[in-house]
Amino acid sequence: MTTSNLPSTALQTPISQTESEEALRYYSATQLQLILWRFRKHHIAKLGAFILITLALVGLFAEFFAPYTGTTRISGAVLVSPQMPRFCNDDGCTLRPFLPGVTSERNPETLRMEVKIDPTIRREIKFFIQGEPYKLLGFIEMQTHLFGVDEGSVHLFGTDSLGRDIFTRILLATRTSLSIGILGVLISFVLALIIGGMAGYFGGWLDYVIQRLTEIVRVVPVIPLYMGLAAAFPTEWSSTQVYFAMTLILAVVGWPTLARRIRGKLLSLRGEDYVVAASLAGARPSRIIARHLLPAFMSYIIVDLVISFPYMLLSETALSFVGLGLRPPTISWGVLLQDAQTVRAIEQAPWLFIPAAFVVIAVLSFTVLGDGLRDAADPYQISG
Amino acid sequence: MIKFLIQRIIGMVVTMFFVSIMVFIIMELPPGDYADRWAFRKFSGTGTQITEADIDNIRAEFGLDRPAPERYLNWIGGIILHGDFGEAFSFQTSVNNVIGQKIGLTMAILFSTLVVTYLISIPVGMYAAIRRNSIEDYALTVFSYLGFALPNFLLALVLLYISITVFDSSVGGLFSPEYADAPWSVEKALDLFSHLIIPAIVLAWSATAFQLQTVRATMLDEINNLSVTAARARGVPEWKLLLKYPARLAINPVVSTVSFDANRIFSELPIVALVLGLPELGELLLKSYLDLDMFVAGAILLVLTFMIVFMNFLSDIALAILDPRVKLIEG
Repeated sequence: MTTSNLPSTALQTPISQTESEEALRYYSATQLQLILWRFRKHHIAKLGAFILITLALVGLFAEFFAPYTGTTRISGAVLVSPQMPRFCNDDGCTLRPFLPGVTSERNPETLRMEVKIDPTIRREIKFFIQGEPYKLLGFIEMQTHLFGVDEGSVHLFGTDSLGRDIFTRILLATRTSLSIGILGVLISFVLALIIGGMAGYFGGWLDYVIQRLTEIVRVVPVIPLYMGLAAAFPTEWSSTQVYFAMTLILAVVGWPTLARRIRGKLLSLRGEDYVVAASLAGARPSRIIARHLLPAFMSYIIVDLVISFPYMLLSETALSFVGLGLRPPTISWGVLLQDAQTVRAIEQAPWLFIPAAFVVIAVLSFTVLGDGLRDAADPYQISG
Repeated sequence: MIKFLIQRIIGMVVTMFFVSIMVFIIMELPPGDYADRWAFRKFSGTGTQITEADIDNIRAEFGLDRPAPERYLNWIGGIILHGDFGEAFSFQTSVNNVIGQKIGLTMAILFSTLVVTYLISIPVGMYAAIRRNSIEDYALTVFSYLGFALPNFLLALVLLYISITVFDSSVGGLFSPEYADAPWSVEKALDLFSHLIIPAIVLAWSATAFQLQTVRATMLDEINNLSVTAARARGVPEWKLLLKYPARLAINPVVSTVSFDANRIFSELPIVALVLGLPELGELLLKSYLDLDMFVAGAILLVLTFMIVFMNFLSDIALAILDPRVKLIEG
């Protein structure tokens, strides 16, 4: 648990002449500053934020960081195991990292293509290499990739059964999975803010409807519910349509819970002394909402958003994993994990399971970030 | 107490009514309707020419040309009055036949999972609260985070992988091959029991992580209560006073969230069942969604939700008995 960031004397004694600068700074700080100070003490939450920002950046510029494109099939490199760059082999060491050569030949008995790793070959990794053309952010035409090799191929996380580079596909999947979560959270947030806000402030039949809706969403198992909605996608839909439909279902199932939280927060704040004081002083509802209620609960709402994010991420992964969510050629973490659906597949190529690590890391980061923000969101509360 | 019971039963009926409407909407959502899919199933590959008129006839035969509210009433009426959930077209039999034989197995999985969850989370959560801020306590917090971040189906895959590579045996399925089609006997029941352990652990994974934190938090709230201090001052042995005051209260939030755990378990069941190859309702639900066999899917969704609502009802009663502070009638 966190310790309060105010100096211990500040609580016990009133401000006196001898009070340190620090205490004065504390008393004159704005709420945002207090939140930031408090958040800065959360080292794990900061780590979570750092990982998420890295993932988001890598996802945004995935084409640049990836050596190939998501659909490039490298012939003769089917189910290659992960190849880590190294600096030394039997012939000595170099400063430039290199990879062993990968060749494949047909096994004369089973007639299957088998991959051979040849440690005597050095495939040097080049940085800012010219490779396959792509459009950065969808419109900047580029050919430069962060790294690559001149001859042969580079597969940090191995390849799948079609010879596609898994590292590349994970980077592209990061973008899809994170963006679908962000879109889903944002849509459900807007819905929840409008409907929950109205229900919380005005009550009445809308309040009743939201109560019933949240009850149903709370009682029906969530993933089967998502599945039921996802099963309704027509098979002829393009992957873009499925993508947006997925964000919509995530939002449709997600908003009642958020709306209930917003409603509850509003109801509890409405009775606070300062709100009553404001309305006694003659402030109009619009002013009370904008000046007094919104600043008071905005931080909680942001925390709620961060906390609800991993649910979206996990739901998308679960749905795509069983084939009811996103479909190829869209690449998401769940779609990638489809290849690792059976034990046979994992036994044959354990590296197909690497996307799972990304799911776990992303969800963990969001959870610790959410916890840190929740503690920081209420800077006046002293947690033990 | 009777008034309380009646109020809860009415609440249950109202919730199930709204749930049934939502389930019906989900059943109606997929493109095309039951007649199209029925005709496609029955006649595809047989060379029979099907015209729009034939499909219209089928539609009329099933009453599908009626407006939606009437179809809803027919459907729900059949369920309530005759216990008839409709036809499972991809199995060419009634839904009752298809799901009836799997309800028992599903319940077995649910209860073994709940038992595993509580056997672990209650004592361990209490221990963590007593030894607050110890290494064990931190380790459990880390475990709780992982319980949330590592989805059950991925855990199932990891366990399967380990069991195959390390122990050279498969943990999938609910029966060993020799018992799969055998009639029920003591050996078969024991075999089922030994196969239930892995699914139960996998499904209990996140529920345990969650309940651990609940138990720990309640225990921490209660452990510094004046009643505990007073008992300590009277010279009551430490373990006895812990069991008598905070532990008794720490059970209450667990009891009140049993239905929540059941919900979580059912939510994860279809995917875990797919990975582990468990022949129960979750797996069937997934299959019928993929086949668009919506009568089966709707029936399973209703049955699962009903189990959750019913467990909520039971836990309300249990809580009212366990905790006299609970107000029997809510406003």
